[in-house]
Amino acid sequence: MARLRRILWLGLKEMISLSRDWVMLGLLAYSFTFGLIMEATGTSTSVNNASIAFVDEDGSPLSRALAAAFMAPEFQPVEYIAAAEANRAMDRDRYLFIVAVPPSFEADILAGRSPEIQVQVDATAMEQAGIGAGYIQNILAAEILRFSASPVGARSPRVNLVLHSAFNPNRDTVKFQSIVSLISHITMLTIILTGAALIREREHGTIEHLLALPVTPFDIAIAKIWANGAIVLVVSTLSLLMIVEGVLQVRIEGSRLLFLTGAALYMFSATALGTFLATIARSMAQFALLIILTIMPMQMLSGGDTPVEGQPDWLQPLTLILPSRHFISFSQAIIYKGAGIENVWDEFLAVTVLGLALLAGSLALFRRSITLVD
Amino acid sequence: MTGAPLRVDGVSHQYGRITALRDVSLEIAPASLTGLIGPDGVGKSTLLGLLTGAKQLQSGRIDVFGGDIGRFSHRRRIAHRIAFMPQGLGKNLYPELSVHENLDFFGRLFVHDDAHRDARIRHLLTATGLAPFPNRPAANLSGGMKQKLGLCCALIHDPDLLVLDEPTTGIDPLSRQQFWELIASIRRSRPHITMVVATAQMDEAAHFDSLVAIADGQILCSGTPAQITARTATDSLEDAYRRLQVNSRPAEPLIVPPQDDGEDEEIISAYGLTRKFGDFVAVDDVSFSISRGEIFGFLGSNGCGKSTTMKILTGLLPASAGEAFMLGRPVDAHDLEARRHVGYMSQAFSLYGELSVRQNLNLHARIFEIPPAERRRRVNELIDRFGLTDCAAIRADALPLGLRQRLSLGVAVIHEPSVLILDEPTSGVDPEARDDFWRLLIELSRRDGVTIFLSTHFMAEAERCDRVSLMHDGRVLACDTPARLIAEASADTLEEAFIAKLKEGEPAGTSAPIGMPEASTEQAGHALFSLERLTAFTRRETIEVLRDPVRLAFAVFGPALLMIVFCFGISLDIEDLDFAVFDLSQSPESRAYVSAIEGSRYFNPTAPLTSPEEGRQRLIDGKVSLVVEIPPGFGRKHLTGSPVDVMATVDGAIPFKGETVEGYVAGLHESYLAEQRLERGLDEARPARIETRFRYNQSFESIAAIAPAMPAILLIMLPAILAATSIARERELGSIVNFYVTPTNRVEFLVGKQLPYMAIAFVNFLLMAAMADWAFGVPLKGALTPVIVGAFLFVWASTAFGLVVSTLTSSQVAAVFATALASIIPTIQFSGLLQPVSTLEGGARIIGSLWPASYFLHLNVGAFTKGLGWEGLLPDIAALAVFGPAFTVIAACAMRGQER
Repeated sequence: MARLRRILWLGLKEMISLSRDWVMLGLLAYSFTFGLIMEATGTSTSVNNASIAFVDEDGSPLSRALAAAFMAPEFQPVEYIAAAEANRAMDRDRYLFIVAVPPSFEADILAGRSPEIQVQVDATAMEQAGIGAGYIQNILAAEILRFSASPVGARSPRVNLVLHSAFNPNRDTVKFQSIVSLISHITMLTIILTGAALIREREHGTIEHLLALPVTPFDIAIAKIWANGAIVLVVSTLSLLMIVEGVLQVRIEGSRLLFLTGAALYMFSATALGTFLATIARSMAQFALLIILTIMPMQMLSGGDTPVEGQPDWLQPLTLILPSRHFISFSQAIIYKGAGIENVWDEFLAVTVLGLALLAGSLALFRRSITLVD
Repeated sequence: MTGAPLRVDGVSHQYGRITALRDVSLEIAPASLTGLIGPDGVGKSTLLGLLTGAKQLQSGRIDVFGGDIGRFSHRRRIAHRIAFMPQGLGKNLYPELSVHENLDFFGRLFVHDDAHRDARIRHLLTATGLAPFPNRPAANLSGGMKQKLGLCCALIHDPDLLVLDEPTTGIDPLSRQQFWELIASIRRSRPHITMVVATAQMDEAAHFDSLVAIADGQILCSGTPAQITARTATDSLEDAYRRLQVNSRPAEPLIVPPQDDGEDEEIISAYGLTRKFGDFVAVDDVSFSISRGEIFGFLGSNGCGKSTTMKILTGLLPASAGEAFMLGRPVDAHDLEARRHVGYMSQAFSLYGELSVRQNLNLHARIFEIPPAERRRRVNELIDRFGLTDCAAIRADALPLGLRQRLSLGVAVIHEPSVLILDEPTSGVDPEARDDFWRLLIELSRRDGVTIFLSTHFMAEAERCDRVSLMHDGRVLACDTPARLIAEASADTLEEAFIAKLKEGEPAGTSAPIGMPEASTEQAGHALFSLERLTAFTRRETIEVLRDPVRLAFAVFGPALLMIVFCFGISLDIEDLDFAVFDLSQSPESRAYVSAIEGSRYFNPTAPLTSPEEGRQRLIDGKVSLVVEIPPGFGRKHLTGSPVDVMATVDGAIPFKGETVEGYVAGLHESYLAEQRLERGLDEARPARIETRFRYNQSFESIAAIAPAMPAILLIMLPAILAATSIARERELGSIVNFYVTPTNRVEFLVGKQLPYMAIAFVNFLLMAAMADWAFGVPLKGALTPVIVGAFLFVWASTAFGLVVSTLTSSQVAAVFATALASIIPTIQFSGLLQPVSTLEGGARIIGSLWPASYFLHLNVGAFTKGLGWEGLLPDIAALAVFGPAFTVIAACAMRGQER
């Protein structure tokens, strides 16, 4: 009991300290408001405003109709270029897509000669190239079909594919990106806040001072974990309600409480990771470098920015040791798909176990790290 | 010109709302040794900083060598005639560099030719007794040796004005004596040199030519030492100074009442304590014992092992050998109970600065579980007794040093401990505050019977202890009452006794000062720009990086490591997705349809579904990414050609993945139909064929785009961070003052420090290009030379960007995060990694086109994946060539040449 009270007071001390640290408060406020909004609305992963050119060697009404079928917001207005320019223009990145309509294209279609229309795609633009090529194919096929309107043979199969997109039918990238950003800010700030709080105490010598009192390293670490975790949890809850739901108008399918419970568990492992990194680093500057080398790979490999399925087979199981991978996975399930506890309990458990392991690791290094100061 | 005095006229200086100097005017005669005296925090350092041009003048005027030091052109002209040793042991030195390398660096700044410089270095080392250790890193020197080396570095260019800020604070008395002997010998061999020295130690000031007493930012009085003591009718300068202070109380002599006899119970005892850090022995076989109610002092210089011994006693550090007992129990780090009887005050102020005085006391009372009523009583009593009533609600870090020390003591006794361990409790406070502090200690010891163990480097303080232990180099030289120590050495003062003990241990004659070398005839350092100064910075930075394992590892392996992670992590080639089928038809035709999906490399089947709800659940669980529902009668309708709908539900939670899966399904569906038509012999041609060609990357693997993009992404960020921290680090450690007070100009300083990081970044680029080929199978298809030229220009730009950021940040942490934040967003979002620059709009387009990574990314993708040559890459190279020089110019303009 006495110990719990000690931990409580040490944690409250953290909060008072933070309330007077304008830089950290500013970083918190910025990340969870403007930073989040900018990231959520700034990028679009689907095809948007793509540059496209036509090499129109036919010049027929059909070829012009084809060009007119490409519209905003997916495409920029079509530009016409000469055949000779095509390669150079694509080398220079002027256009992502170049559609080449051969001479007498319309006439050949009318004569049933099945001419070939060529689409060149700059395959170095990874996100847009594949999806955009699909769009273009569909648009061209639909236009040509409408033009030719040839009757379908009687016995040919008429299987129709009806595509549904579950959970996010409108391809709303803001919805996706806002949650990804929220998660990455939670990760980054929790780790920085906790780690910096510990290193600052060490650099100011206050941790030594504490250890000469009847306080164990465990008390200090737990106080930091609960206090900083609680701060980020409150800020991210506000951000979820006011920025994500309020300003960005994102609908949350599942239970907010469930998401926040999961976030609290994740906060525990992220604060433990922050403590762990702080015990390894000898100075604030080293901590900062260490953060770059850990947070960036964590974000990259956790499936927030790019799907985990894209990783090589040997890597996918390894990334399961990243708490953030589980956090992203269950957050997406709850927020986009309305998953309940029965769908995500295993990931909640994984995050907790990883947090405990990190806490054990940092406690083991804690006392040693204090002697490194000098 | 040498004959002109230094004239300070109406100078005031503010730090925010705090006034450091208030309308100070004074004149310093040429070729004199003038002392600025006063305790810490009265404005001495500020005045010296202004005098040397290290600090920017805010108001008033200072003339040095017949010109206004506030004018840039004059500062430049006279910089090589001034030398400045800032406060703090070895503050102007570079700790990783050896003795010789430090001197060599300073020598090169003043453009001596090699032979000349070497001769001078040798001479200085011999004169100061440092000659036996040319290769020892400055960090491993004792305090006294650091100060001697600092002096050598200041003298290397033979200055006419030597400014020393508290040069002997914290060093042992023998070194102190030697230091002043050295100064005297310099004055003998170079009689025209003007010296200005700040000191808080009045005894040494007594030997100066003239003195200026400063308190609270104002001059109290000036004159020769004799004049000052005469004017105040006192015997010593210390008393004189006290008398001069405006609101000084009448000096009550501090009397330590004798200790009651009869109590001989041992409270603290140590037997053969030893503590090693690696090879370094910090505490060497230390034994002592302290009895109840005694005030026991450890006297010694900084770094002699006092703090380490105290940490061992509090259980903060384990001893390497020996044992210690506290209150009859062995010291044990895990013994929480023992800590309830001990109060500890560590060397640096270690309370929570953001908490108020009362909050600090309350927090500690709570940690000791003092019941609430008792706690309130104790806290109020302490606030009252320690004279903190007026500032109880003020943040601790806003208090003056003297009050902070009292608060620290209050915190240390909140739980009424029977033992107090105080590590240098009074360093830095003025004599009056020190006496107040001691009154509290005496009360605690004599009235409450608290055993007090304190450390100090002040002789006067040690004389007040019941017993003292003289420490040097981790060993106890002697331990007894001050009176007996003095008597035993047949000395007059404790200081002499200490020096006598130190001399016993030291081989005689190692550092007998000899005459200083004569001035070099050439007076160099006038050139506006000197390549030699620039390379001096480059050399030094290179040595430092090579000796810092963490920075070196980050610099060399960071980019390669991140490249591996990114190349595996950012993959947009999605394969082996799980899918499930709800087949209501169960016909050969439906099975054929499903096997068309299964057969592709994109999808793997999972157990068939039994209800649509199950499909939904699996999508929610993330077990499958696609659910295909085949309606009843599919087989029949398929055969007869009547229309039938197949439902495909895609997990669209992640838009990119959803769209990709939809594309896969649609494609598989189309090819299934085409196959069916072929099978049935229906060569019913489509009106036109649409042929899609993926240029540059036929197999459409994302690695072909990602791998060449990596150098642009990582080499904008990491080298910039390193360059920015290298500047911020000098600010943090204080060595940037060497840039302020030497003739070094901004470009020499910035570019000199930038070059090593450019070289590292360039090597990184070669490594990453090789990795792209060998590890990720993305060889360079285009021309090599333009890529090399582009890489060179790019690393120039990125390191120069780091310099720009560094001019705005003051700490290393701020430099890291500011550089990372400033570079990540434009690089990831607007440089064409995710979205080609050609598809960006508005502000994003503008940022993208003003950011070097856009061009380098474009250049690399063009050269590696598109196979372009000079002609195709030239526009990017031309754009890149602008950034490096532009950033360098911006950084040089934004860099301050003086401290604020």
